[in-house]
Amino acid sequence: MQEEENKIKEFEETEAVKETVESAVVDTDGEKPLDKNLKLMSPTRMVIRRFFRSKLSIVGLVMLISLIVFCWLGPVVYNRWSETETDSNGVLKYTWYTVSPDEGDIDEGEFYQFYQYIVTRKDVDTLAAPSADHLLGTDDKGMDIFTRLMYGGRLSLTISFLAVFLTSAFGIVMGGIAGYYGGIVDNIIMRLCDVLMCLPTLPLMLIIGTVLDSNGVDSKYYIYLLMGLLSLFSWPGMARLVRGQILFLREQEYMVAAEAMGYSTVRKIFKHLIPNILPQILVSMTLSLGSMILYESTLSYLNLGVKIPLASWGTMVEVISHDVNILKYNFNVWGPPGFCIIIAVLGFNFIGDGLRDALDPKQRR
Amino acid sequence: MLKYILKRLGVSILILFGVSVILYVLLRCMPVDFVRNRIMELQEKADGAVSEELVKKMYETYGLDGNIFEGYYSWFTHVLRGDFGTSFISSRPVISEIFNADRMGTSFFVAAIATVFEFLIAIPLGITAATHQYSIRDYLVTILVLIGISLPSFFFGQMLKDIFANKLQWFPVSGMKRAGWKFPNKFAEFIDYAKHMFLPIFTVIILSIGPRMRMTRTNMLEVLNSDYIRTARAKGLREGKVIYKHAFRNTMIPIVTGLAGLIPSLFSGAMITESVFDLTGIGSYALKAMTEGDIPVIMTYNMFLAALSVLGVLLADLMYAVVDPRVKLA
Repeated sequence: MQEEENKIKEFEETEAVKETVESAVVDTDGEKPLDKNLKLMSPTRMVIRRFFRSKLSIVGLVMLISLIVFCWLGPVVYNRWSETETDSNGVLKYTWYTVSPDEGDIDEGEFYQFYQYIVTRKDVDTLAAPSADHLLGTDDKGMDIFTRLMYGGRLSLTISFLAVFLTSAFGIVMGGIAGYYGGIVDNIIMRLCDVLMCLPTLPLMLIIGTVLDSNGVDSKYYIYLLMGLLSLFSWPGMARLVRGQILFLREQEYMVAAEAMGYSTVRKIFKHLIPNILPQILVSMTLSLGSMILYESTLSYLNLGVKIPLASWGTMVEVISHDVNILKYNFNVWGPPGFCIIIAVLGFNFIGDGLRDALDPKQRR
Repeated sequence: MLKYILKRLGVSILILFGVSVILYVLLRCMPVDFVRNRIMELQEKADGAVSEELVKKMYETYGLDGNIFEGYYSWFTHVLRGDFGTSFISSRPVISEIFNADRMGTSFFVAAIATVFEFLIAIPLGITAATHQYSIRDYLVTILVLIGISLPSFFFGQMLKDIFANKLQWFPVSGMKRAGWKFPNKFAEFIDYAKHMFLPIFTVIILSIGPRMRMTRTNMLEVLNSDYIRTARAKGLREGKVIYKHAFRNTMIPIVTGLAGLIPSLFSGAMITESVFDLTGIGSYALKAMTEGDIPVIMTYNMFLAALSVLGVLLADLMYAVVDPRVKLA
């Protein structure tokens, strides 16, 4: 029943596309020859134009590009510290005390002020305040925060991209099979979807994390393995989207034509069906990139994701969960990574929102 | 109708069966000696004495010493008899641990109040954003909502804690009530409780307001573009009447059905928020169990969540038929 409603809606949407194209064509003053005045834009160009007309999507794009530049080019330019290097140059800490002199030590009438000057040497410069040496200070292990911010961003962004691509690939294949073949295959895949949909994402990630932990997985591959396993469980959303679209597209005339031409199934799916669903897939992927970054950082915050000394934004915030004093007095330790997470997620959400509006054929602006 | 419900219930049971198989297989991927060590460790922390018998007893319900099929069969038969096993940490029955009135109550209190405010704020915002599409108001609301969606719960919670509890000291830092304090009367006790609950509830509201507002906005826009609204305007009705009487009623349909979908979130507890503010809710309890590998608790809690979400979907579909006369269930 709902599917039928969706079908009708989708049909109307494609109709609207045709209308927009036509209205662009008809827009002439009738004086000059028609073909001179004709301004025909391809749908892709229209989408791009609509996307860049929205200020929010441009802001999102700028936010993301600057983050990516910061994370990938940053360490090349600013290579004073490396990711896991602790600042063990040692710092001298100077402390001044005013000392009151014993009576009789000074002559009357003269005024002296006595100071005690204590120099202590701290081997590892932990929790340093921002300075020229450490632009954002150091964390509780003496590692440079500014540098870790860049490396952490690399890891966080890479992991989310990988996870989203893997999940989407699973979803597209499963949804494509279900929608194209229908019948019993469809039934089995969709019931599997129902089952997987009932597993809440965060608890599932925690369980997988604990299981990996108990098996003693090396911390280098840990997060990749975790995200890979997660994508085995989180494809149903994408699969449902793809299946719904394919069910609708399958009935279109051009698919009947493709059938009549005797194209192979693979060609029909990947050349004729998938490109038509691509816009929806793109929007859903962009939005899930944002939430994936959130999941990854939450997991790292719970110490189940990226492990110290490797940096990720979530790991860098994690220190405050066991050290109240850092929460209270060292904002420079946990503030910047948190804001980086927000900027990244917000960027993806802005772009996703803009893409959705731009790809919506009902919109005429 | 009855036939439909029965059919759906049957499917739900099958789904839950599938969920339990997946969960069990996942949990059995933990090596046996790890589980054994875990039990020993956790028990030692709790009361000191660990006997072979106790470990055996812990193993029994979940069939942790047999192979995976025997183990699942053992779990399944125990569950059918209502026995969900005992927690590794507290060695008390899991059921009484999870469905503890205190834990569930705290989580429910936070979620219920947050939900009420979420609706009260999100729906009017969504409507104004839709009626003033492309205006500054629309942009502002959209931006605020997107920021709300993009906030990591742990960071936002800690930041609120840092600003309002540590620096400004308007609210207590964490916990459920003021320790070592004798309250003069019930009212003072309640005020104290409310003060402790304010920041967590606020966090949950801000984080969850976005999707609801966006849903309201899209639905409202869809309805506003429909023919009968044009007719209403053509009749010369006042704009307020068009929007609040004609359009809003149809916007209500997804909102009302969404109510049923809220069931899981009301009882599952906000894991991260609860643990940030040290609330003793079901969420922070489950979080602790999951990070420490307390298998019986993990299994039972997640089955509980799955059951709730199956129930939520079913109720939402039924609500659809009740609210929207165009929908017929078959």
